[in-house]
Amino acid sequence: MYRSHVLVCGGTGCHSSGTQKILDCLNEEVKKAGLDKEVAIVQTGCHGLCALGPIVVVYPEATFYSMVKAEDVEEIVNEHLLKGRIVTRLVYNETKTEEGITSINETDFYKKQHRIALRNCGIINPECIDEYIATNGYEALGKALTQYTPDEVIQTILDSGLRGRGGGGFPTGLKWKLARANDSDQKYVCCNADEGDPGAFMDRSVLEGDPHVVLEAMAIAGYAIGATMGYIYVRAEYPIAVDRLNIAIAQAREYGLLGNNIFGTDFCFDIELRLGAGAFVCGEETALITSIEGNRGEPRPRPPFPAQKGLFQQPTILNNVETYANIPQILLNGPEWFSSMGTEKSKGTKVFALGGKINNTGLVEIPMGTTLREVVEDIGGGIPGGKKFKAAQTGGPSGGCIPTSHYDIPIDYDNLLSIGSMMGSGGLIVMDEDNCMVDIAKFFLEFTVDESCGKCTPCRIGTKRLFEMLEKITEGKGTLEDLDKLEDLCHYIKENSLCGLGQSAPNPVLSTLQYFKDEYIAHVVDKKCPSGVCKALLSYVIEPDLCKGCTLCLRSCPNDAITGKVKEVHIIDQDKCIKCGVCKEKCRFGAISIR
Amino acid sequence: MKSLEELRAIRESMQAQMGLRNEEGNQTRIVVGMATCGIASGARPVLTALSDIVQEKGLTNVMVTQTGCIGLCQYEPIVEVVEPGKDKVTYIKMTPEKALEVIDQHIVRGQVVSKYTISEMME
Repeated sequence: MYRSHVLVCGGTGCHSSGTQKILDCLNEEVKKAGLDKEVAIVQTGCHGLCALGPIVVVYPEATFYSMVKAEDVEEIVNEHLLKGRIVTRLVYNETKTEEGITSINETDFYKKQHRIALRNCGIINPECIDEYIATNGYEALGKALTQYTPDEVIQTILDSGLRGRGGGGFPTGLKWKLARANDSDQKYVCCNADEGDPGAFMDRSVLEGDPHVVLEAMAIAGYAIGATMGYIYVRAEYPIAVDRLNIAIAQAREYGLLGNNIFGTDFCFDIELRLGAGAFVCGEETALITSIEGNRGEPRPRPPFPAQKGLFQQPTILNNVETYANIPQILLNGPEWFSSMGTEKSKGTKVFALGGKINNTGLVEIPMGTTLREVVEDIGGGIPGGKKFKAAQTGGPSGGCIPTSHYDIPIDYDNLLSIGSMMGSGGLIVMDEDNCMVDIAKFFLEFTVDESCGKCTPCRIGTKRLFEMLEKITEGKGTLEDLDKLEDLCHYIKENSLCGLGQSAPNPVLSTLQYFKDEYIAHVVDKKCPSGVCKALLSYVIEPDLCKGCTLCLRSCPNDAITGKVKEVHIIDQDKCIKCGVCKEKCRFGAISIR
Repeated sequence: MKSLEELRAIRESMQAQMGLRNEEGNQTRIVVGMATCGIASGARPVLTALSDIVQEKGLTNVMVTQTGCIGLCQYEPIVEVVEPGKDKVTYIKMTPEKALEVIDQHIVRGQVVSKYTISEMME
């Protein structure tokens, strides 16, 4: 038996900052100290504080070490594990208080969070089914199969008010009910793990940190609608998630939690993986289903909806990873427990991936109805360098920007829609005064132009034309008339595209036009970029009073655009300048400014 | 998996181990002095004996942890029992056998084993 557990975060974030090395060192040092029979080393899923990785947590003290390096491991083993002395210099700063080291749950980052979907992430070993069972895993499946009828399961989900976490927000229980109502010999349960929004990684973290919860929920869904087969469509770019899913499926089969006669009942259910090649459009349900069938991932018109005719023309439900992660807890704790959290029409919690200009980059799970300000300022730790909040982008390429005037809006599905954004899968990118909103719109459009599957004209050609217009504006060649055309085209694309990708692609443009029209006008009329981002509208100039003639800028310029002699004022040739900014960086006298 | 009972059996056998990762505040803490003085007088077997028996008995509200030197080196190995809302009890000159007695009497039955406490032994 072990007296201490050392948990090392094995999420993708911490992996890329060196988890494997730390694990190797830990194993070696623990062995060297003769503690290998007393101390268990466990690799877990994501803790959420990705900015401070790699993270190491030592139990039973629950000491939270952040930004651990391989060189620190020896000290942790010799001091903490051997002698019981916590290595204070490595402890996460926020847990240090005047009264000593407090629990991680008391820190700003975790205090306001409420973890349901992420409840096991960072706590259990995702490659060990027993640890999942120890935290009440598979209990909900057992209960559903032995104590509930399929209709009762569906009613429980309906009563809980759970809505799809993939972005659309369709009531999950209703989806299941529709699929159950359609008679067929074969039905299917699918899981959408094709997380494609730039900056969103909550589904990956659930799959990496708690893969069994998805398997359990899919089996429950299978029982509820009468399906015996499930498919998880996961992108091949998530190698750790794919590995852990494969391990989890093998373990569940071995324990008889997948396969025939689960829990001694007549219910049979199995799950297979399908790896996606990473096309954004395959996150759309009909495209995903076609892709599972082995065809090119393109959407088709609805109706018929997948609940009527989905995978292999059979009734199919398709839910997102995070949606599934809520299901077992709802069955165990009851629908009232779940619906007691959140707002009137959006129940429960939502996971957000915080990114962009924010201190605590990472993953947070908050009750619906938490304000954007709380998420950014309290949980996210504010904006680095004391800069001012300008906007938050939610919903990725399908969402919009939320400006300061809506900083205090409680986040839920309907509120976000009403201000021209959307929940999306939960990416939340924070922007400060240095971000140009026209450039942001252009960035997302570039993404959709790339990812448009090309099946329908409004999306294929429309987004391309939108992108070209934005390009023209950022180059200072736009006119006021272009702004009107831009808006018209946005509405046209929204109304005429075949699937969600095209219908939502203009959202970043529309919402920035709505809230930051002055920036568009500055680009078009004054030919200026107020944030100093759009290169074509900038010029680098040397202030003659400040220039000492040190020749440093001249020597650093990659394009020989600067002329001048020692101790004479230098000059930038605007025709040659490529606006790389190297001269400004190098100048020791602050003599180079942007105009 | 044939029944819920089978699932629960696995859960219970695992829960002792997982209890280590419990972060609730109302836990009883058993603290073993593990500085050089403690280790030299044999604190290590005491610590492992304590942590094994706690897990074996499935005492999930008990946390076995370590501390450094508390300055009474001649009385090591020292074990402190801190129950929420009660005075701290300090046991001295512990052995694995005495430690098991403390778990049985003090932790399980709630009776302090006064013959091993610092106040009794120093008289």
